[in-house]
Amino acid sequence: MQNVTVKINKATVSVPAGSSILEAARVAGIEIPTLCFLKEINEIGACRICMVEVKGLRNLVTACVYPVSEGMEVFTNTERVRRSRKLTLELILSTHDKKCLSCIRSGNCELQHLCKEFGVDDEDYFKGENIQYDFDDSVAHMIRDNNKCILCRRCVAACEAQHVAVIGANARGFDTHISSAFDKDLADVSCVSCGQCIVNCPTAALVEKDDTAAAFAAINDPSKYVIVHTAPSIRVTLGESFGMHIGTNVQGKMVVALRRLGFDKVFDTDLSADLTIMEEANEFIERVQGGGVLPMITSCSPGWIKYCEHYYPEQLRHLSTCKSPQQMFGAICKTWYAKRMGLDPKDIVVVGIMPCTAKKFEAKRDNQNASGYPDVDIALTTRELARMIDTAGIHFPKLPDEEFDNPLAESTGAAVIFGTTGGVMEAALRTAADTLTGKDLPDVEFKEVRGTQGIKEATYNIAGMEVNVCVASGLANAHEIMEKVKNGTANYHFIEIMACPGGCINGGGQPIQHAVVRNFRDLKKLRAATLYEMDKNLPKRKSHQNESIKRIYEEFLGSPGSHKAHEVLHTSYVRRPKYK
Amino acid sequence: MYRAHVLVCGGTGCTSSHSEDIIKALNEQLVEKDLTDEILVVRTGCFGLCSIGPIMIVYPEGSFYSNVTVDDVPEIVEEHLLKGRIVKRLLYDETVSPDTIKSLNQTAFYKKQKRVAMRNCGVINPESIEEYIAMDGYQALAKCLTELKPAEVIQIVKDSGLRGRGGGGFPTGLKWEFTARTEADQKYVVCNADEGDPGAFMDRSVLEGDPHCIVEAMTICGYAVGATEGFVYVRAEYPIAVARLELAIKQAKEQGLLGKNIFGSGFDFDLHIRLGAGAFVCGEETALMTSIEGNRGEPRPRPPYPAVKGLFGKPTTENNVETFANIPQIILHGAASFASVGTEKSKGTKVFALGGNIKNTGLVEIPMGTTLREIIEDIGGGIPNGRKFKAAQTGGPSGGCIPERLIDTPIDYDNLTAIGCMMGSGGLIVMDDSNCMVDIARFFLDFTVDESCGKCAPCRIGTKRLLEMLDKIVEGKAEPGCLEKLEELAYYVKENSLCGLGQTAPNPVLATMKFFREEYEAHVNDKKCPAGVCKSLLNYYIDPKRCIGCTLCAKVCPVGAITGAPKTPHVIDSSKCIKCGACVDACKKVKAVSKV
Repeated sequence: MQNVTVKINKATVSVPAGSSILEAARVAGIEIPTLCFLKEINEIGACRICMVEVKGLRNLVTACVYPVSEGMEVFTNTERVRRSRKLTLELILSTHDKKCLSCIRSGNCELQHLCKEFGVDDEDYFKGENIQYDFDDSVAHMIRDNNKCILCRRCVAACEAQHVAVIGANARGFDTHISSAFDKDLADVSCVSCGQCIVNCPTAALVEKDDTAAAFAAINDPSKYVIVHTAPSIRVTLGESFGMHIGTNVQGKMVVALRRLGFDKVFDTDLSADLTIMEEANEFIERVQGGGVLPMITSCSPGWIKYCEHYYPEQLRHLSTCKSPQQMFGAICKTWYAKRMGLDPKDIVVVGIMPCTAKKFEAKRDNQNASGYPDVDIALTTRELARMIDTAGIHFPKLPDEEFDNPLAESTGAAVIFGTTGGVMEAALRTAADTLTGKDLPDVEFKEVRGTQGIKEATYNIAGMEVNVCVASGLANAHEIMEKVKNGTANYHFIEIMACPGGCINGGGQPIQHAVVRNFRDLKKLRAATLYEMDKNLPKRKSHQNESIKRIYEEFLGSPGSHKAHEVLHTSYVRRPKYK
Repeated sequence: MYRAHVLVCGGTGCTSSHSEDIIKALNEQLVEKDLTDEILVVRTGCFGLCSIGPIMIVYPEGSFYSNVTVDDVPEIVEEHLLKGRIVKRLLYDETVSPDTIKSLNQTAFYKKQKRVAMRNCGVINPESIEEYIAMDGYQALAKCLTELKPAEVIQIVKDSGLRGRGGGGFPTGLKWEFTARTEADQKYVVCNADEGDPGAFMDRSVLEGDPHCIVEAMTICGYAVGATEGFVYVRAEYPIAVARLELAIKQAKEQGLLGKNIFGSGFDFDLHIRLGAGAFVCGEETALMTSIEGNRGEPRPRPPYPAVKGLFGKPTTENNVETFANIPQIILHGAASFASVGTEKSKGTKVFALGGNIKNTGLVEIPMGTTLREIIEDIGGGIPNGRKFKAAQTGGPSGGCIPERLIDTPIDYDNLTAIGCMMGSGGLIVMDDSNCMVDIARFFLDFTVDESCGKCAPCRIGTKRLLEMLDKIVEGKAEPGCLEKLEELAYYVKENSLCGLGQTAPNPVLATMKFFREEYEAHVNDKKCPAGVCKSLLNYYIDPKRCIGCTLCAKVCPVGAITGAPKTPHVIDSSKCIKCGACVDACKKVKAVSKV
């Protein structure tokens, strides 16, 4: 594409034709504030905070969507522009509850940040009617508080990009507010709990339900044996909450922090990721050899499961019956491990640290209680763990590194890559290939299923059999694949689906990065790269080589797919309506 | 052949004053008197003089009957249609002269008008394609498809100087050219019939009175820009317009004037109707397209402009009804003929909906350049009740006002813009000295606050805060310095809003502040409403010297605020008074009660 030359303030830059003023300004090293803008999914020019002056134009224009043209002269820092931005912020504040001191996003709020940046000195400058909204806390995973909403519609865009679209603007003018159709509660619509709305919210209008108090209470209860386990992706994202670089591996510090918080055991969900592969690979081979329902689709992502239950209830037979790694971990803790340690499962509290808000919903699902007690008691997001660490006064970046506790800590490279799209597929292929050939194959990398693109397809020859696989992340892509499954044109044997775009590393429970970061840096790529690096450096990279897993099967489960394994590690699904 | 034609207005105004019943009664009488072969009753579109409807014209005499009722029908049939004696008592007074009757076109209301866009309204039966064709209908389309290349059609429209009649005044030919220039597999033509300005109804009248001219014009536009499909986005509140347009499209399809291979030219064009759901913002072109697409009607940022990326992401030309209504005439009679009317930069005519404190309310189509004085004093018949003209509001909630001292301004796009006003879609509301300008500004702003879509922050919150400031001013609660803050916010909303609705919403405030700042200051500083409109700033007072103690005022007071013994002066308790004014009306003879 041709380049055009534009002048921004005093800098002259050459940028591709069609670039926005915002993009051109970045090239010139000039930051223009945004609130509503989300690259590609929310280019609506609604918040008007990015207004700039363009020579020759009467009105100010939105830098986020206004294209540059040859010879254009842009001014981003004039008195008129600064005044305009300040007034916009003051107007927004007049409809905001301004309870910054008690706000969960204080310090990480885009509105607060901009108010400071543009010198808002009177939060009541435009004081007037301020509609009071009720909270929506009807769902297990989050709270919607429209009193903090600035109507940037990033959540609406994120929900639409997920092909879920259960929230949107209702009413009009000053009465406009975000809610579901007919102002129904989220629990009464087909919200899948993915939490993508939360990570895209600039304020605290959308937040996860905070379960840290329950976790602290369990730790403080001497009668409880509190086990924590951390999902594969947490170790490459938690550091961001403490200002560390995106993608920093903080596994060792995380273990120390969890110990210092007072958990009795600090285990690794990676172990049950390996366990999932054992069961899922076995289930797949059984389906292929026994003429079962194909394609088989993974079941690790509870947001995806809920999506399938709402939107494709007639296709549930394609889902693997395996519980997710979080639930398998809890089930093993309260059965095999409890017996081994002489603990009563009723005294064990299992806390999962998850990249995911849907895990809160999953923990409360039926048929997830192998011991007779819920497999998982508390599911915390990465953000909640970071808050607990802050509350406890632990200076995270300065912590030393330590190892997970035994015996539920050994993991393989196959488990680590569960945290990113394609990881489950690659892990399963590693085990299936070895199982079917009866060999320890040296080639463990299935690079065709790697990468952050939404849909990946590949065909592998495993033990003489052509296996067509597909990997989709983000529910819009899931929708595309499921339409094929539905109309019988999906020529796949095995499909991996993750609800969140890019998989767990971009989950709805991950640390919140402001839009300015999300728009210009590829979070998914940066976080996933560390996981692949860890996989590469691990001595064992195949789930079936995990010694702890072997022991669990020997001592307790028998073999993958056994009756006992089904009792403990498998589950069932339900048809859900779109509206109640 | 019929020996007489009876034209009865079937526009919305006359229909709501029972013109349908008149038509029914006429037809029954004609059957009864066995006159159906001799006399034809024609239901036409709007004549424009809505305030004296239902309207009926009997040809060949051209007698213009006004305020006709069903009860008058037997007399009209018996006297006029059978015996040939005009029913003088029903004639519009201006058309009566001692020995003859004047034609409609000689009356003050019509004399200065020039009907181009509305030429067929009130003339033909809008439900008959034959009548439209008889008035040269579809000839312009035939000319385009058989004699002219698309680029030539665009050139004619450009040369005519026609500018968008929806408010913005963008050159129509240029708009067409932009769409024509964009390469695409599919393009669209959209007619904006989501007329929403309070008081404006010219688009409705055109659709009701001459729907085929819109069908024809849109097809011409499609040919010129390379579109094969068109949408008319019309308010659901216009049922008569919708029905007639549906019928027109059906008739045109039956005659091969819409559809495949029109006039054997190989050009295909199809038209669809979409009903608006009552949101004012859907009159904004991008919001309108978003609504047609099936989404919540909200505007989108421009660029990309519709000519590049419009309806369903395809190049689209969108014009307003009145703009389209001019097209067939321009093609038929040439650009020069059209451009011979009007001012240097505003060619042709403009339809205004005349309302407010004026004698003749209704629709008027005047050459561009006519002065406001001519519209008000000559066409409009002046201000009733001996009141004095104060200002005229043009452009509805997006416009501003023209004060008395600028009454000789020739009306065109640029003159209006120059005085901080705008043409808008053509609402013209006349105000006299009994109107408070702060209250007027508040009225229009109240409308835009209600109609803001809520997408962008300046309009959603800014207009609301402006309204709250005005509320304080009219309630006498404003603090010193509030006018500066009001002005600051008004300019901010104007230059920061996403679409035309927000960008123009503060205009009524800014225009009234510009010309009537002293009225604002009186409200703020003296807590007085000079026009005596703002209730919170009023007090009612009984002059004890004049009061005769008749007790009438005390009797009509709905809240018992007036006390006094019979035949002694009465007193108003201002803490109880709700300022309804009933006491003033009751005391009309003695005139002891007054507003202070």
